[in-house]
Amino acid sequence: MLNLWRFFSRFSAFFLFIIYFTTSIILLVRNNDFQRASTFNSSNQYIGSIYQKVSDINKYLHLSVVNDSLAKENVTLRNQLKSSFFDDSVVIKAVNDTINRTQYEYIVGEVVNKSITSRNNYITINRGSRHGIKKGMGVIGPNGVVGIVWNVSDDFSSIQSILHEDTRITSSIEGTPYFGPLIWEGDDPEIVTLTDIPNQLNLKPNAKVVTSGYGVIFPKGILIGTVLKSGVKGGGSFLDISVKLSTSFYALQYVYVIKNNFATEQQILEVQNKKSVNE
Amino acid sequence: MNKFIINTLRFLILVFIQIFLLKNMVIYNLNVPYLYVLFILLLPFETPNWLLFFLAFLIGITIDVFNDTLGLHATACSILALVRILFISITVQKDNYDSDPEPSLSIMGFRWFFFYALILTLIHHFFLLNFEVFKFSEIPSTLSRVLLSSIFTVILIFVSELLFYRKKQRK
Repeated sequence: MLNLWRFFSRFSAFFLFIIYFTTSIILLVRNNDFQRASTFNSSNQYIGSIYQKVSDINKYLHLSVVNDSLAKENVTLRNQLKSSFFDDSVVIKAVNDTINRTQYEYIVGEVVNKSITSRNNYITINRGSRHGIKKGMGVIGPNGVVGIVWNVSDDFSSIQSILHEDTRITSSIEGTPYFGPLIWEGDDPEIVTLTDIPNQLNLKPNAKVVTSGYGVIFPKGILIGTVLKSGVKGGGSFLDISVKLSTSFYALQYVYVIKNNFATEQQILEVQNKKSVNE
Repeated sequence: MNKFIINTLRFLILVFIQIFLLKNMVIYNLNVPYLYVLFILLLPFETPNWLLFFLAFLIGITIDVFNDTLGLHATACSILALVRILFISITVQKDNYDSDPEPSLSIMGFRWFFFYALILTLIHHFFLLNFEVFKFSEIPSTLSRVLLSSIFTVILIFVSELLFYRKKQRK
């Protein structure tokens, strides 16, 4: 017992220090908000940083699960987007005229898909037979002719654009009686060729190429493009005229489908002609 | 008895100065002198350890009560008391001096007292300011405050010691 007492008295400084230091630390921590908060919470930054590292690793391990759930969430959110609903409000611009009967009506459509660089190019719009579109109708854009309706479903139609091997749009040069089919050579989506124009025509540069109005597809005088250059092909009697299209297919967004109210009547009449010739 | 009165007076005066004067002498929030450590520095050599710790704790807790930081100065002061005991046991042979010398400038000489004051002040301020901040990551930025405050405190310690020095010389 005496030895123990000697031991304590010999190192009294140390033991007293322990006692007083502990007392004051306890006072410090218990009575000061900041020190208490930093001591007792696990938000103590070292413990916090260890937790952070562990959770970083956990996050990495769960990445695929998180990605899946995010993708699912994206899908549900996308399904709620306005643009994913089919927009079937149709504006048909028609004039109710009791004196002059309306021949052409225009149905506006939005381009939902298009190809430009292929040999044969098609454009898909979000209007179909439900909106009154039929195969063979003409389609124009804000700047000029776009193409001809090729196939129609209930809600969509695909348009065979001018940039197609088989598209022949009868066109003429504005102010002249001559007309001929318009052909796309297949290389430049801005240039088409107008053929079958007689070479006696005195062609002005930048003359306008418009639809001829023959046939039932396009009304007369709708802009197609402007003359770029012309030349006689291979010693023939017809001009080959390069036409710069006024429609930029790259920027095309809205098109108008042309509904010809007299098309059926005209076609029936023309079919009758053929029949009577055959008979 | 004489020493008891002197130390009591010193205690009261230093606490008074610390609380009402030095607390307001803050320079750019970097530089706060804590002159009250002089009380612990100047306690006589023969003060028993328990009394030394008790007095250090007492002055620390007194400053704490007035500063509303209960336990902060008391912690730093108990560390200071331990360092004082270690420093004196290393550097001073009590046999060489007369009956009861004091660790003051006039008795121990400039060099010893300078290191004594500097080292103890630095350690006290280091622990005091770091316990106040209470973040390990802030230690480097606290060090500049420790240094500046220590310099300020040591200068004040020397000023007050020189005042006493002259008085003793006159006697």
